[in-house]
Amino acid sequence: MSLLSVRDLTVKFAMRDETVTALNGISFDLAKGERLGIVGESGAGKSITGFSLMNLLSRPGYIDNGQILFDGEDVVQMNDKRLRTLRGNRMAMIFQDPMVTLNPVLTIGQQMVETLLAHRKLSREEARQIAIVKLREVYIPSPEERLEQYPHELSGGMRQRIIIAIALLLDPQLIIADEPTTALDVTIQADIMELMLELCQSNQVGLILITHDLGVVSQMTERTLVMYAGRIIEAGRTREIINDPQHPYTQGLINALPQQTVPGQRLKQIPGNMPGLTSIPTGCAFNPRCKYATDLCRSRVPDIVQYGEVAVACHEVQRLNSDEDRQEARA
Amino acid sequence: MSDAKTDRPLLQIKNLEKRFDLDQGFLETLKFKQGKIVRESRSVHAVNNVSLDVGRGEALCVVGESGCGKSTVARLVAGLLTPTAGEIHYDGQRIDDLSRGAMQPLRKKIQMIFQNPYASLNPRMTIRQALEEPVRHHNPGASAAEVRDKVTEVMLSVGVDPSWAKRYPHEFSGGQRQRIAIARALTVDPEFIIADEPISALDVSIQAQVLNLMLEAKESRGLTYLFITHDLSVVEHFGTRVAVLYLGSVCEVADTATLFSNPKHPYTRALLSAVPQLKDDRPNHIRLKGEIPTPINLPQGCPFQSRCAFADARCKSEQPKAIHQPDGSLVACHAVEEDRLDAVAAG
Amino acid sequence: MSTETLSPKSEPSRWSKAWNSNMGYSFRRNPVAVVSMIIFLLIAVAAFLAPVIAPYDPYDPAQMDIMNSEYPPVWVNGALPEFMLGTDDQGRDLWSTILYGTRLSLLIGICAVALQAFLGISIGLVAGYVGGRLDSLLMRLADIQLSFSTLMVAIIFLAVTQAMFGTDTFNRYAVVFLIAVIGVAEWPQYARTVRATVLAEKKKEYVDSARVLGFGPMRIMVRHILPNSLSPIFVISTVQVANAIISEASLSFLGLGMPPSQPSLGSLISSGFDYIFSGSWWITAIPGVVLVVLVLVINLLGDWMRDVLNPKLYKG
Repeated sequence: MSLLSVRDLTVKFAMRDETVTALNGISFDLAKGERLGIVGESGAGKSITGFSLMNLLSRPGYIDNGQILFDGEDVVQMNDKRLRTLRGNRMAMIFQDPMVTLNPVLTIGQQMVETLLAHRKLSREEARQIAIVKLREVYIPSPEERLEQYPHELSGGMRQRIIIAIALLLDPQLIIADEPTTALDVTIQADIMELMLELCQSNQVGLILITHDLGVVSQMTERTLVMYAGRIIEAGRTREIINDPQHPYTQGLINALPQQTVPGQRLKQIPGNMPGLTSIPTGCAFNPRCKYATDLCRSRVPDIVQYGEVAVACHEVQRLNSDEDRQEARA
Repeated sequence: MSDAKTDRPLLQIKNLEKRFDLDQGFLETLKFKQGKIVRESRSVHAVNNVSLDVGRGEALCVVGESGCGKSTVARLVAGLLTPTAGEIHYDGQRIDDLSRGAMQPLRKKIQMIFQNPYASLNPRMTIRQALEEPVRHHNPGASAAEVRDKVTEVMLSVGVDPSWAKRYPHEFSGGQRQRIAIARALTVDPEFIIADEPISALDVSIQAQVLNLMLEAKESRGLTYLFITHDLSVVEHFGTRVAVLYLGSVCEVADTATLFSNPKHPYTRALLSAVPQLKDDRPNHIRLKGEIPTPINLPQGCPFQSRCAFADARCKSEQPKAIHQPDGSLVACHAVEEDRLDAVAAG
Repeated sequence: MSTETLSPKSEPSRWSKAWNSNMGYSFRRNPVAVVSMIIFLLIAVAAFLAPVIAPYDPYDPAQMDIMNSEYPPVWVNGALPEFMLGTDDQGRDLWSTILYGTRLSLLIGICAVALQAFLGISIGLVAGYVGGRLDSLLMRLADIQLSFSTLMVAIIFLAVTQAMFGTDTFNRYAVVFLIAVIGVAEWPQYARTVRATVLAEKKKEYVDSARVLGFGPMRIMVRHILPNSLSPIFVISTVQVANAIISEASLSFLGLGMPPSQPSLGSLISSGFDYIFSGSWWITAIPGVVLVVLVLVINLLGDWMRDVLNPKLYKG
């Protein structure tokens, strides 16, 4: 049985004059210890997905419909008490900005020990020992000294390591990481990615990695979901999606990267902008930016259909595949 | 180099330094040390002895990680900061010590594009006001029709519909705002553009649009760029030459193709290997020990020695000078100079 | 395109824009703000239309009759029907006097705040934008000014001027003196707030962008930074108007403000105070209620405005 099973998740935001749909019928599964990437641009709904999984949405957002089965239990139906035993304990979250996640007025030790004591019956000393073990796991030198330090005394990379250590404190089964390396420098990012990969593999922890960076997804995850305007438009094995994307948007996203073009030449850009939540076009949300769009695309939302190795939500996949540009791109 | 005057670089940065004082005011500089009150002021060494040339029509990319001083270099060149030491020459004229009035004619030539399109446009001005203001300021005699024509021309050239001119910046997406910010810089017909991380706040599909726009402007208007970024894949695509900065010092300057095919400085190598690759999933990056030291009280010797696998006694005591390599690149590294790098790698 | 901009069609859209903006929306949704606004507008309109509405002119001695003094309001026994809220000790119609008094109080309050705002915004802008020594100097001046209580400064100043010019001259220019003293005494409130927002705005890239375009400091301060610092200025302005009205009332109550011949709300309360134990409570109580209600609704509006314009709640 899968660890996490999301069925038809719909999230809405009650705005001033209308209610907008931020997530529209998201369904996916995550096996135990599996690493899943959620890719999309800002406004695609990827962060909202992360928040919904922990039932952390705050007003005006709410889960309108759907199930989030975690270990067979529906997170949407849980009461606050049950949710508290879930959050941080069996599901942990890592955010983008390490500066904001840590409380600036508490030492690292206080924050780690408090987290442990909130969920486990332990003495302070035992909790301290566990904290030290976890800090060692994320390769923090001299962890005993770090426990006495405040977040501002540490560098960005060190802070993100500590946040990972805090996420791992209670041996969760699933970590949701929302752009965990975006705020970091390239060399530090490479270290943190390697560390997260290693920890997930050795502890059999599931990982949901939310990011806009296709390179990061490519190196970290086994499966990938591509989101656009609140829907999953392509899902499948990461390798397949990167090497042979099916949906025109995924293709555009990958082709738009500078490394896909000869230096100095025009990049293959996707025209137009991501639609706002209040103005999602009818039919396929991508149709105004898509060169393959037909009348069908403009009128009906495509279902997500298994097509070879990946599932794609596109009316025109068949035609696309015979397109010359694509043949060329694949070569 | 000095034989032909027309050959001189458009922008020359000579031994540029910038320090930011941490202790401002007299009282803050007083410290209590070993029973005595000492006067001592600490400062951040943001830029140390940086020399760079940018030739006409070039796109020089300055890369490095946060805190390496790349944005400070951009702001120094733009005249937003005054250097602590060193000189900046533009087209043969020294510009870092000019008064505001003397700088006016150069303001038309040197323009800047900023990182955050959400902050670089005045939220209380309509697009039209924002674009007309610089035209009026630099062409006081221009008639209303001339100003409007100029603004329309620039808006069309960056792909912004002129009928949006009545709207305010908050009604636009990040990519559109960055187009408008570029349009604003282009209204005065500059020849040199400093771009400080112009695409890093944008989405991937929009980054390509903005990058294309900047490339087009380069060709159609003959622009020269000083492009600040942390994204190496953008550098490879956009830059004609690259300067790698670490802790306020230049490590390596080379043609883009040379740098990416044959990086020499150990830091450049580590940086290139750390970029997440799309197609192969076994990252093979060079691990650097430790993290970037603070730029307060810089270490003696090479700024990179604390993290370098090739550091020896000489690196710890003596700062390396930039030395010309056979392939035309400039590298500041003792190990490269002594040819130790590949020997160690082989052995 | 360009003709469209110039057409008057955009005029009504500006109103609907304001109505549909965040501010308009939160105003409609907040009953306290709506009620406060209605009461404030009622008071303000009535006060400024005083010469039209008021049945008598309290400044005209010919319309006063000492024989009419101390008639109670109409709902109390022994009242005269022509004096709706009764009369004061000099036989003036209280309703008319309150209308004229409120007009004076509002006038002094708003003008004093305008003076404060002018001084404070200019000083705050310069201090924040230029920085360095000038900033230190101006802010120390503000600190010194703030360490004197407004009332203390005002009392000393007004007492001295009264003694210097004599009561007659003083009474003639009392409005000007009050505006000047209240205006000057409270500028640091503005200067500090403006300086703080300028320091925050100055770091934003649009200011750098303006500098790179070669604009001068005056233009950057007035055209770019000031319009983006208006929110806190609006918020403190409402509170300051309320404070200025209170200051004026206090000074008049102490006999250092408006003379009894041209009473403001404060001097009316003061003049009625002598008769409060002889049963003529209305001369003090009714203007007192008007003063309290006026200050209260202004403060409630200020509170609402602070909530709406708080940059932490409102992403601009």
